[in-house]
Amino acid sequence: MALTFGAFRRSYTLRAPPLVGVLAAGVGAAMLLPLVYLVIRASEHGTVFETLTRASTIETLIRTCLLAAAVTAAAILISLPAAWLTTRTDLPFRGVWSVLFSLPLVFPSYVGAFVLVAALGPRGIVQNWLEPLGVDRLPEIYGFWGAWLAITLFTFPYVLIPLRAAMKGLDQSMDDAARSLGASSFGTFFRVTLPQLRPALAAGGLLVALYTLSDFGAVSILRFDSLTRVIFIQYKSAFDRSEAASLALLLAAVALAAVWIESMTRGKARYHSEAVRRTPKIVRLGGWRWPALVFCVSLVMISLVLPASVLVYWLVRGLDAGQSVSFIGSAAVNSVQVSSLAAAAAILFALPVAVFSVRYPGALSRLIERASYTGFALPGISIALALVFFGANYAPWIYQTLPLLVFAYVVRFMPQALGASRASLLQTNPKTEEAARGLGKGKLAVFRRITLPQLLPGLSTGALLVFLTAIKELPATLLLSPIGFSTLATEIWASTNEAMFARAAAAAILLVLIAAIPTTIVVLREQRAR
Amino acid sequence: MSEAFVHCRGVTKRFGETTAVNDVSLEVERGQTLALLGPSGCGKTTLLRLISGLERPDAGTISIDGVQVSGDGKYVAPEKRRVGMVFQDYALFPHLSVRDNIAFGMSGGGRNERVDRLLAGTGLTGLGSRMPQELSGGQQQRVALARSLAAGPRVMLLDEPFSNLDPELRHRLREAGRAILESLQLTAIFVSHDQEEALSLSGRLAIMMNGRIEQVGAPSQVYNHPATRAVASFLGDANFLPGEFRDGRLQFELGSVTAKSDLSGAVEVMVRPERLRLDGDTGIPVEVVHSDYFGHDQLATVRLPSGDVVKVRLQPGRNFEIGSRTSLSLAGDVVLFPA
Repeated sequence: MALTFGAFRRSYTLRAPPLVGVLAAGVGAAMLLPLVYLVIRASEHGTVFETLTRASTIETLIRTCLLAAAVTAAAILISLPAAWLTTRTDLPFRGVWSVLFSLPLVFPSYVGAFVLVAALGPRGIVQNWLEPLGVDRLPEIYGFWGAWLAITLFTFPYVLIPLRAAMKGLDQSMDDAARSLGASSFGTFFRVTLPQLRPALAAGGLLVALYTLSDFGAVSILRFDSLTRVIFIQYKSAFDRSEAASLALLLAAVALAAVWIESMTRGKARYHSEAVRRTPKIVRLGGWRWPALVFCVSLVMISLVLPASVLVYWLVRGLDAGQSVSFIGSAAVNSVQVSSLAAAAAILFALPVAVFSVRYPGALSRLIERASYTGFALPGISIALALVFFGANYAPWIYQTLPLLVFAYVVRFMPQALGASRASLLQTNPKTEEAARGLGKGKLAVFRRITLPQLLPGLSTGALLVFLTAIKELPATLLLSPIGFSTLATEIWASTNEAMFARAAAAAILLVLIAAIPTTIVVLREQRAR
Repeated sequence: MSEAFVHCRGVTKRFGETTAVNDVSLEVERGQTLALLGPSGCGKTTLLRLISGLERPDAGTISIDGVQVSGDGKYVAPEKRRVGMVFQDYALFPHLSVRDNIAFGMSGGGRNERVDRLLAGTGLTGLGSRMPQELSGGQQQRVALARSLAAGPRVMLLDEPFSNLDPELRHRLREAGRAILESLQLTAIFVSHDQEEALSLSGRLAIMMNGRIEQVGAPSQVYNHPATRAVASFLGDANFLPGEFRDGRLQFELGSVTAKSDLSGAVEVMVRPERLRLDGDTGIPVEVVHSDYFGHDQLATVRLPSGDVVKVRLQPGRNFEIGSRTSLSLAGDVVLFPA
């Protein structure tokens, strides 16, 4: 590895050292493996077309897309006022709100779903309170709206965070120009401001849409038959698994289509002005401060305080009843272990691709980079199924072992590590390496003393992000874990399904606490960088 | 009494501790072009933004065409003022084509034809479907001008409109801009920190410093008769020498001349370099210490017997060796300031 890095001396060398190219190409191919194998597996049996054109498949597809659209729309509708209030107004405690609004991301949506069930479902908190009053049925939380609520509440920050950055970067002179040309402040917002926020909305919306399409835990707990749940049931119950493979391929296609739609909305407008920008004016809310505060408090209550309280309530109840929660110790160790392995592996996989694509740009490196990003769009269940089939057919010695599970995580989450290492590699000036060579240092010493220290922040951010997402991943863990290997995610899943709320709450609290550590580090780092 | 078209009375604007615009009164007649010249940070841009309604004054009033638009509790929103503004960074909308940028503030029918006419009038024919970032700086500047004109403004405000351009292009666009404003008989105020630009482009010149208007007048008036020492040293090159003024007669190192002033006693004498002459025969003896050659003229620095140095503007053909001795004489008016 070190040799590879010592080798890039000049940024304008077009011929990459062969080792870098070979490693990068290998990674790119490995990242494509699940998708390619899914296509092969689905087409081996003649039933793909039948499966995909069946009325029930089409209905499931429509249901899934409707859910993704509804969640994305809701996330945007929540994020627009939240981002505006925290960046462009004199709302009290703006800094506090903007941190609190990002925190719901620490709840995986299946924990959110569990919270809904544990609070509002049969045998839930509210029903327990109301039972003495003769109420024995609450409005149904299962189905579309339950899933919609659970996923929206814990994914809207994916839109909010880029939107806030975009709003901060807006140029006041655009608004001023529009006003001086006769547009009202309302008209200015819709004709000038909103179009400039479109890239941020599209990028954030894509993340939410992809999350919803790939979400398995929340829809399953809330019994909404989206594609992921149907695939899982097919896989578990049917003797012939071709159907599950076909559906997994369909789901992957939908996710890739979402990425394609987002890239189409970008257009050719560029959204920055080179000249000094005028920092946006702060809008005085005046009397509107109170409704604005009510909005902020409500959002924090339902996306943060209530879920946390429900978890604590069930944990305390469980402990009072003498339930043991010691089992979560080994699950937590497993979670941390497998996610750390995934983070380390993702970095090792990302490095050659990052170096190849940044330092030796060209058609081949672009292709490899694109291939490496496939996992970003692929839903976990599609990757997991592809690897299950592949392992069962070609590599039984690796099937249901830790390495295959880690590989699934790497395919799915490596793009985050790649993005972070590319970013920091782009910031390192190759001239610093040349300077070090000129000062009499060998390739190895240059890599160790010059390149690596500059790359380290990017690599560690990438590793933290991979750890964070891997520890929350449910479907891939369920399908690929070695027998008897349970993680916090699978514990929450199993306990919720059996209505053992105290057990689920204990695991969920521990998961949230562990996930909060890398989240805090990444957030603090980004704030310092700004 | 007929009122000025744009009229500011005692306008003050503070940002926190700093007073950006301090008790400014300014009148611009209908159809007139006024240049607002001053060093960076003197409050020029803020004054424009107050007139356009993008800022509200803390004190004073502003009226346009006899109707008060700011001050005394009155405030007309910027979009209702019909005041066009050309921004320093142009502020073109990045998501709209050139054509859509220009049409943004238009109302009424026949937009396509009117956009075409504006494109032609600003030399942008054929560029209507481009995006702003696909244009050069000069083209962007003209789109910004066309976009403001398209909205049918009563007053045009231009904030350093030519400052982001290279000198040659700046000169051409300045001429084109002047022609357009003149042909439309538009009342215009433009802000500049470029003296040459302000002197050549405006019918009237206002010098602004530290939030205050120091002097308003015709460019030649302001240049030849600066009201304060600050204006004299800001606008063009100026020499300052000590002198004695009594009963209409000025006594200083360059001789004894008649002058007009209400002052008496010790004064400071301001002489423009072009009001001095260097030749070998008459005047006081000086030594040439330095020379800056500009092509169209040159600026020589000479040392007087007292040790003071003054600058003298010379024809490009003259040639004085550094260290050579010659003599200096006065060849025009001087301006007196209190010592």
